[in-house]
Amino acid sequence: MAFESLTDRLQNAFNKLRKKGKISETDLRSAMREIRLALLEADVNFTVVKNFVKTVRDKAIGADVLKGLNPTQQIVKIVNDELVKIMGDQAVELNKSPKIPTIIMMVGLQGAGKTTTAGKLALKLKNEQKARPLMIAGDVYRPAAIDQLVQVGQQIDVPVFEMGTDVDPVEIVRHGLKKATEEKNDYVIIDTAGRLQIDQKLMDELSRIKELANPNEILLVVDAMTGQNAVNTAEGFNNQLDVTGVVLTKLDGDTRGGAALSIRAVTGKPIKFIGQGEKMTDLDVFHPDRMASRILGMGDMLTLIEKT
Amino acid sequence: EKSRRTFGQKLTALFTNFNGVDDDFYDDLEETLIGADVGFETAVQISDEVREEIEAKHESDQQVISNLIVAKLVSLYTRNGTTEDNHLVFATEGPSVFLFVGVNGVGKTTSIGKLANRFKKRGKKVLLAACDTFRAGAIEQLQEWGKRDGVPVVAGPEKSDPAAIVFDAVKKAKAENYDLVLVDTAGRLQNKVNLMKELDKMRRVITREIPHAPQEILLVLDATTGQNAMSQAKIFKETTDVTGIILTKLDGTAKGGIVLAIRNQLHLSVKYVGLGEQVDDLSPFSPKDFVDGLFSGFLETSK
Ligand SMILES: Nc1nc2c(ncn2[C@@H]2O[C@H](COP(=O)(O)OP(=O)(O)OP(=O)(O)O)[C@@H](O)[C@H]2O)c(=O)[nH]1
Ligand SMILES: Nc1nc2c(ncn2[C@@H]2O[C@H](COP(=O)(O)OP(=O)(O)OP(=O)(O)O)[C@@H](O)[C@H]2O)c(=O)[nH]1
Ligand SMILES: [Mg+2]
Ligand SMILES: [Mg+2]
Repeated sequence: MAFESLTDRLQNAFNKLRKKGKISETDLRSAMREIRLALLEADVNFTVVKNFVKTVRDKAIGADVLKGLNPTQQIVKIVNDELVKIMGDQAVELNKSPKIPTIIMMVGLQGAGKTTTAGKLALKLKNEQKARPLMIAGDVYRPAAIDQLVQVGQQIDVPVFEMGTDVDPVEIVRHGLKKATEEKNDYVIIDTAGRLQIDQKLMDELSRIKELANPNEILLVVDAMTGQNAVNTAEGFNNQLDVTGVVLTKLDGDTRGGAALSIRAVTGKPIKFIGQGEKMTDLDVFHPDRMASRILGMGDMLTLIEKT
Repeated sequence: EKSRRTFGQKLTALFTNFNGVDDDFYDDLEETLIGADVGFETAVQISDEVREEIEAKHESDQQVISNLIVAKLVSLYTRNGTTEDNHLVFATEGPSVFLFVGVNGVGKTTSIGKLANRFKKRGKKVLLAACDTFRAGAIEQLQEWGKRDGVPVVAGPEKSDPAAIVFDAVKKAKAENYDLVLVDTAGRLQNKVNLMKELDKMRRVITREIPHAPQEILLVLDATTGQNAMSQAKIFKETTDVTGIILTKLDGTAKGGIVLAIRNQLHLSVKYVGLGEQVDDLSPFSPKDFVDGLFSGFLETSK
């Protein structure tokens, strides 16, 4: 990976200082600077970083870390614990409707991975719960978006409801839901077109679909490589739609995925799944602790802490 | 209703209720740059250089300061390489081939659709090659663009070898005197070694048929991407000899500031920017407009 891990950074900061003898307030400040840098390089939003570093500093001072034997490990542990706390201590399950069908709506920016994730989720439900999902093709804008969903449906043997591209997506959803009731599908997954959160016309379309379908789950699909702008996207979609969860895609790359922290911090909404590949089986439940290690760039950090 | 004011005008407005350049000013500048994804180090570097220059000249005139910042950024973008420009290179004779590469979902296929239209309008005979045989609906997506643009698309069956399709396309281009072949490829993350090798294979097939082709290997980057774009640029450049960048989705709230660092460290320049999903939403890159865009939020944060 391109960037130093937080442990390395802190170790370097403290090593230099150890030569001077005692670790001081100034040294703590330089440690905080390294934390800030590590988080920014991982693409955590800078305002989120600011608040985060302040919390860590207060905790570090409160815990008197500099008087301890191993300040690096102690600070890393505080950072890790805080990250996990912000991202949610444990995995959050998919919402389920008391009576069928459970309705799930996929929303997000262009190219984030909504259509692919719709298929992955349908397959997961099918495999794990013997579910009989129906997918609705609600993207009438992107060229061949419907072909894509239909082909995904064929790959995983899940039916797709579509009405072509000349119909209002709200109408497509209305008819699709009727079909699902007739066929007694237990899950309905609605694919929608990618859109910018500042595109008011298309955001209103999502509101109308929401109003009609009353979904149990509105999943905001976000590309894990997203930079500082993740907060604008997350706030935009969340303010308009009150999303219920987040899916982070493309984590099979070498990104640190700091967007996870930004999104969680600004919306408070749980990350429910992560996408780790292009295959239909590449969808996993989200684990906050693993994500924290990834953002900090240290897969083996927990073992490191355990050793001290 | 995006503000049409230039960066200079915005800064002037900022200075109106401003008593001079203090630490807050540099903090704001730094944060604006970080918020635009230029990266921490580049942001600090720019802010430091600006501070040095302002202090050395004892500068307090708003207009001078704002010009200085813009100039600094534009020069940061253009220095370290005067030979690189944002023109696309065409063959002097016979068909030119442009290969489009990048990670998943960045806008490769859409950019091809837009560029095909642009070059067709300029009288070029354009052919598209549907070499994403992997993603569901990818071939149909390019065919739909072909239909919109009125240009033919060479395609094969799903899951077929992309190298075989690019071979067919290049042969057809030679035989039927096409001016330009735009080759779509499947999205791939830069850390997938086998998929990166596949690109190299396609490139070799092209060169075997037309010695100086591909004239351009265009890396498509999504402006929404943060620091990972540097890794994308680095690895794609190493494995496929990228010649330039298309920066997409600049119509959103993301600024794509990482291309500053990419330009500086890897000498790769942006040739076109994507500004929407429609066929005309594409422009040649202008460093000045780009720098203005980086600061479009500066005023709000500084107030
Ligand atoms: N490597 C990888 N690729 C992914 C993942 N999820 C989606 N993709 C790819 O990302 C690209 C975009 O995915 P789509 O599902 O078409 O995204 P979308 O959000 O529906 O896009 P629009 O409908 O155009 O807004 C495709 O190439 C997918 O194969 C993932 O977890 N890992
Ligand atoms: N807003 C905006 N959307 C864009 C732009 N360029 C492409 N898109 C959208 O981004 C999504 C992905 O674009 P594609 O052209 O399919 O991307 P790709 O790189 O070919 O994707 P894969 O082949 O799946 O890797 C589509 O919904 C496009 O309409 C742009 O400049 N602005
Ligand atoms: Mg889609
Ligand atoms: Mg494509």
